[in-house]
Amino acid sequence: MPDAFSIGQPVRVRAIYPPGHVRTPHYLRGRSGVVESIAGHFANPEELAYGRDGLPRRALYRVRFRQGELWPDYAGPAADTAVVDLYEHWLEPEGLP
Amino acid sequence: MRRHHDMGGEAAGPVDRADHDHAPWEKRVDALLRLLVDRKRRIMTVDELRRGIEELGPGAYDRMSYYQRWMASIGENLLEKGVITVDELGRKMAEVEARWRAEGWSGDGAPRGPGDA
Repeated sequence: MPDAFSIGQPVRVRAIYPPGHVRTPHYLRGRSGVVESIAGHFANPEELAYGRDGLPRRALYRVRFRQGELWPDYAGPAADTAVVDLYEHWLEPEGLP
Repeated sequence: MRRHHDMGGEAAGPVDRADHDHAPWEKRVDALLRLLVDRKRRIMTVDELRRGIEELGPGAYDRMSYYQRWMASIGENLLEKGVITVDELGRKMAEVEARWRAEGWSGDGAPRGPGDA
């Protein structure tokens, strides 16, 4: 299956809050960033956590966020960013309603 | 809802940057996990380890040290998978505690033994 997102593409982290083992930190939900690179394709850890095989493999993206987008009271330089590894199923294209 | 362990961005106070040695029992827990997840055995995954730690709940999560959380999760996972039984684990824990007491250790609180500094 081709990757859903490409390098440089604006994306938004899905604002969903399922119970159980997830690999997307709470502070990123609903936040917007840009795909920095594609780290590879890996068995889904959210399935591996329950003893299943995690297949098919999922694309893992390195997504860059502005620190000011993540923390309302961020006091550092405006150019500061954070890069976080996120699996494809946690991302959606930026600009959707 | 934010789960307790998912605390990125929460107020946490200063970070303790002091180096510290690991106790022998902590090194054993680390080695045990590596053997359980290796390519030869594949008895459990690090993802299952993390799930087990997250399921400890806020009280135990905060009370336990890093490797105590690992040990609790490893134990739960091995019980779920049938690698060990509750009865076996209970008997072994009693046996080890009796050995500690015979060797003069208090047997309370964190795991400890004659090999620990």
